[in-house]
Amino acid sequence: MAESVRQMGALMRKEFLLEWRQRYALNGMLLYIVGAVFVCYLSFNARRGQLTPIVWNTLFWIILLFTAINAIAKSFVQERAGRQLYYYTLASPQQIIISKILYNTALMLVLALLGFSVYAFVLGNPVNDVPLYLLTLVLGAIGFAASLTLVSGIASKAENPATLMAVLSFPIILPLLLMLLKISKNALDGLDRSVSWDEMGTVLAIDAIVLTLSWLLFPFLWRS
Amino acid sequence: MTKNWWKALSVLILTYVMLQGLMGVVPRQPILNESIRNVYFHVPLWFGMIILLLTSAIFSIKYLRNGRIGDDVVAVEFANTAILFGLLGCATGSLWANFTWGEPWPNDPKLNSVAVGMLMYLAYLILRGSFDDEQRRARISAVYNIFAFAVFVPLIFIVPRLTDSLHPGNGGNPAFGKYDMNSQMRMVFYPAVIGFTLLGVWITELRVRVRRLKIVLDD
Repeated sequence: MAESVRQMGALMRKEFLLEWRQRYALNGMLLYIVGAVFVCYLSFNARRGQLTPIVWNTLFWIILLFTAINAIAKSFVQERAGRQLYYYTLASPQQIIISKILYNTALMLVLALLGFSVYAFVLGNPVNDVPLYLLTLVLGAIGFAASLTLVSGIASKAENPATLMAVLSFPIILPLLLMLLKISKNALDGLDRSVSWDEMGTVLAIDAIVLTLSWLLFPFLWRS
Repeated sequence: MTKNWWKALSVLILTYVMLQGLMGVVPRQPILNESIRNVYFHVPLWFGMIILLLTSAIFSIKYLRNGRIGDDVVAVEFANTAILFGLLGCATGSLWANFTWGEPWPNDPKLNSVAVGMLMYLAYLILRGSFDDEQRRARISAVYNIFAFAVFVPLIFIVPRLTDSLHPGNGGNPAFGKYDMNSQMRMVFYPAVIGFTLLGVWITELRVRVRRLKIVLDD
């Protein structure tokens, strides 16, 4: 057990190092979310606090969704096939997928928090219950990372990964997105937290299903 | 002949369902009126679709366990038939909604969930189209098929129940079994589910046989 945790730590470290050495990709993602927020801000031409809460919330999650798809799509294509084969001789496929999911969760958290602060900065912050909203962001980061990592593994094997990534992930991510929209809307309106427990449970259940499936299915995927 | 009894059963049941659906006695309900007969067609098509999708996922799991290409052929054909049933379910539902809810596609969570579910399975077909190698296509699309079914279930059964829906059984509305259907209707409804599912299996079986012949001819 301790050995396997150590190996996963090494794999995570590899992911972070890889990202750090190709900083243009990371900077690209950061710029992508800031740029997307700014495009929305200018397109709506909204002065602070003019968007209705529903539009504010939905727009933010759509931006996050597109950022997530773009950020996670590259988790399998940025390394050459030969080098991936080498990793598979060193570690079990389960360790590889878990470390990739953990890494992508961390990446999504950074992107989501940055996106939220920029978004709140330019478009105003109507959120009443900020801790709950941040918790939603964390849950969303885990869910997006877990479901999109496996999908990006699937898409990377095909001819046309970019389109396929979008086509495969939109419907898969939708139940999660709807639940997250609901919780974050509750947080936005500052409703009592007990209202959100049901949805919170559903999000956790979906996260658990998706994580288990990634764990079970990835060993079949990498062999091809 | 002993192997084909279920085809005869399917024809028998569906004939009975058609006759009952068009001419049988149904309870008179406000708003629904005579359109309640659609319960015999619309609802069994959806039940059938879910059963066919479950079978498809099971065959995908079988493929991943033993790697026989035949299982993958069966899985994709079950998914195809399920998509056909889904489209028919949408068509009968639109017709029904037009009379009872006033528009063919009301903004209802269950309808939208199902539309997303169909997108998911259409994406499955597109994914299959983007591989040339047979084994590779089979393995990767089997992984996606299982994943898609696992997301499809909460999408269909949980999400609509958390919000308000026009459908019975959702958003606090009582399920149709509680007050709409009397025991006489149930005597038609449950066989209809079996009949339509058997019809789906029959269509799938024919298509699988065509595919097998094609594979043999290609070799």
